[in-house]
Amino acid sequence: MSQTTPGAEDASRGLPPEQLPPVSGPLVGDEPPPPRSNVVIKEILRGNAVTTILAIVLAMIIGGILIAFTDEDVQEAAGYFFARPGDTFAAIWSAVYGGYDALFRGAIFNYRADDFVTQIRPFTNALGFAAPLIAAGLGVALAFRVGLFNIGARGQMLIGAMFAALFTFNLELPMWIHLPLTLLFGILGGALWGGLVGLIKARTGAHEVILTIMLNYVAYYLLLWMVRTPGLLQREGTNQPISEATPETAQFPELLGPSFPQLDWGFVIVILATVLVWWVVERSSLGLRMRAVGENPHAARAAGVSVQRIYIYAMLFAGGLAGLAAMNQVQGSVTTGFTANIDAGIGFDAITVALLGRSRAWGTFVAGILFGVLKAGSFSMQAQGIPVDIVLVVQSLIVLFIAAPPLLRAVFFLPKTDQEKAAKARAKAAKKAVEA
Amino acid sequence: MKLELRGITKRFGTLVANDHIDLTVRPGEIHALLGENGAGKSTLMNVLYGLYQADEGEILLDDVTQHFRGPGDAMTAGIGMVHQHFMLIPVFTVAENVMLGHESTKGIGALDIAKAREHVRSVAARFGFQIDPDALVGDLPVGVQQRVEIIKALARDAKVLVFDEPTAVLTPQETDELMAIMRQLRDEGTAIVFITHKLREVREVADRITVIRLGKVVGEAEPTATNAELASLMVGRAVELTVSKEAPTIGEGGLEVRDLRVLTPTGQIVVDAVNFDVRPGEVLAVAGVQGNGQTELVEAIVGIAARVEGSIRLNGTELVGQSVKAILDEGVGFVPEDRKVDGLVGDFPISENLILDRSADKAFSRGGTLRRGAMEAFARDRIAEFDIRAQGPATLAGTLSGGNQQKVVIARELSRDLRLLVAAQPTRGVDVGSIEFIHKRIIETRDSGIPVVVVSTELDEVVALADRIAVMYRGAVVGIVPGDTSRETLGLMMAGAADPEVAA
Repeated sequence: MSQTTPGAEDASRGLPPEQLPPVSGPLVGDEPPPPRSNVVIKEILRGNAVTTILAIVLAMIIGGILIAFTDEDVQEAAGYFFARPGDTFAAIWSAVYGGYDALFRGAIFNYRADDFVTQIRPFTNALGFAAPLIAAGLGVALAFRVGLFNIGARGQMLIGAMFAALFTFNLELPMWIHLPLTLLFGILGGALWGGLVGLIKARTGAHEVILTIMLNYVAYYLLLWMVRTPGLLQREGTNQPISEATPETAQFPELLGPSFPQLDWGFVIVILATVLVWWVVERSSLGLRMRAVGENPHAARAAGVSVQRIYIYAMLFAGGLAGLAAMNQVQGSVTTGFTANIDAGIGFDAITVALLGRSRAWGTFVAGILFGVLKAGSFSMQAQGIPVDIVLVVQSLIVLFIAAPPLLRAVFFLPKTDQEKAAKARAKAAKKAVEA
Repeated sequence: MKLELRGITKRFGTLVANDHIDLTVRPGEIHALLGENGAGKSTLMNVLYGLYQADEGEILLDDVTQHFRGPGDAMTAGIGMVHQHFMLIPVFTVAENVMLGHESTKGIGALDIAKAREHVRSVAARFGFQIDPDALVGDLPVGVQQRVEIIKALARDAKVLVFDEPTAVLTPQETDELMAIMRQLRDEGTAIVFITHKLREVREVADRITVIRLGKVVGEAEPTATNAELASLMVGRAVELTVSKEAPTIGEGGLEVRDLRVLTPTGQIVVDAVNFDVRPGEVLAVAGVQGNGQTELVEAIVGIAARVEGSIRLNGTELVGQSVKAILDEGVGFVPEDRKVDGLVGDFPISENLILDRSADKAFSRGGTLRRGAMEAFARDRIAEFDIRAQGPATLAGTLSGGNQQKVVIARELSRDLRLLVAAQPTRGVDVGSIEFIHKRIIETRDSGIPVVVVSTELDEVVALADRIAVMYRGAVVGIVPGDTSRETLGLMMAGAADPEVAA
């Protein structure tokens, strides 16, 4: 033992006052921090952005393997692999390169085209595809931040489209009023359908996952019935389950003129929506309450926040954003009349987009664009004879890898987080204990 | 078996958690390891138990150097550990938990559960308590679960037993019973390491005391040392354990609770016909063993409780039936019992936690937009004023130590314009230095003419703060007695005896 001190005086004598420790634990604040650059690198390596990019890269690599496997030239060359292995590798290279080249040309920049307009058109297409994904993704992301799993973007989109068609398609109005009115009704429809979930959850405590999934079915069959019923939404003079075409005065004009047919003013609205969601969640006092409810509803309640009311607000907001996504479809891409499948899977892709964007407004925006790019590119890949499903596989793999950061770190030999280290130590200890 | 640690050093990056620690524990001795949260006690024990490898130093058992690569090695060598958070499987029976990891079998691998049962019974008989080997651990009270942990350690013939903060989860009675068990184990020749930061327990049960501060052994003390001596060793400076306070200057108005009943959603009465007044300028401490309705009483005052009957008036305004927001707006400050659940959002920075109940306040938001500059300036001021040890306003509340988290909560509540302060367990899991600070602030609040209700299960705290003490037992107030009532009387009242000498 270093010293034996029976009483207090000795202790205060033992240390000069300037060396006295802080009142509480030494772990915070008083340790000299490690070199700044070191911290930054570690943070980046462990950070979300890098794992996201690595996930995309890894998914593309696996996608490339699948392209090679499904390519007929590769299969043929593999038949005489041992005679001339070079043929196989050449075939693999041309298949994979050709595939991703087609993706690039189809979704970002077509360098083979003659003029700049045609060259850049693919990217505007991608942005057009991205718009509804971003809008619906924002709805899911916002609900996530409040601690709600909103699986109901699909239903909210369908009801949004329904509202817009029911209340505004048969009107004859000048564009400056018709277009915003249609948009407003679409958003309103989605908001009401989402808000209904919030209301039921707040009042009865029912779980929002079950509510949203079931309301998806309700919305689908309700809309299906409406587009089948003459006098409601079915187009006059047909027996197909399809609605009237969107009135011209309610369609979004093209943003950059007729050379870029996919990109319309809806994308601008989506950018504004992203700014709005960012402001609400990150910068507003309502957002502080929302995030508090999402992170710790107990503390929020004790701080006087009405958790129920926040649930209702959040779902109204989320539904409205899904409604905006529906309007990007109805007023933008699908103006020739819609069916009960107007959501085109966007409602579910929105969940993926929100996850990929880590439920942040701008993250969701970027993730939506990535998915728009993949979607636009999938058409040109298909033209190359590559199965369109590969793009879907790549999309799924990206999310899979992002959802499992330890897997990704293992693949790329990244440093572990402290939590993982601790978990591993515990697992090891438990194993030892059992073996003993 | 004699346990000796020599020059144990353990570093985590640049942090030295253990700095050349020497410790000797002899058979038949209870050796208390005293230190504040974060002083390095648990790290040292994890090194001993093989969970961490020491960077320097060695562990000797009966003068033989040991190399533990994991808890399994430590157990085989005869070291047992009773963890603060129990390592039990709730859906297993007592006997199954005890045998887990070294199951004895008969024939072709069939479990010999009878042997484990027998073992449980014999240990229970030895220490004179009842425990059903076939009871599911999840159904047992916390104190009994801890005994299962002890039985588990003894089943592996532990000669050195480490108790890591064992009393943190126990009621005073259970604590007394645990100490009796520890003494009996000692008398049978077991070497016991008792880790704690509670001074009273150390003095009561320890044969020798080693004090650790900032990863170093700062001294040894005899059990005869006073609380103040131990505390100053632990903290490194003189600590006032008793708050100096003047006689209360009592004002008019304040909190009036009449015929208050609180029911659980299923209709069970948890607070029954409670009446009391708290006048401006006094502290009413609500004492009682955990789980006698104090939690629900506090929840009723701040409007969280589900079903409340009766009346709670603050300066004449009825609070029952109002929303939490309206009650907070009446000027009720609330320090919740469990800061991690009800007090803080762990993933929020300090600055956001400090305005959690004031997000719509003009000072912090304009036109619905948060004024981040104002929030940060406010956070900086509070961090300085309340001595919150953190890097800055952006530090996440969840990464702070318990004492600093509690200071964030207290800072938030005390920087509002209060007309009542309700503090439940204001210093639970808080280090000695912070306790002193928090108690001072509570008394300052009282002296500024605000009625204060303090709920505490720690008698020390009740006695230190109270001008009057209301003792609760099974949901009812047994009696309201003056602040200088003896501990014995309070102890009797906490067990349900109506106070003989009361007329309150």
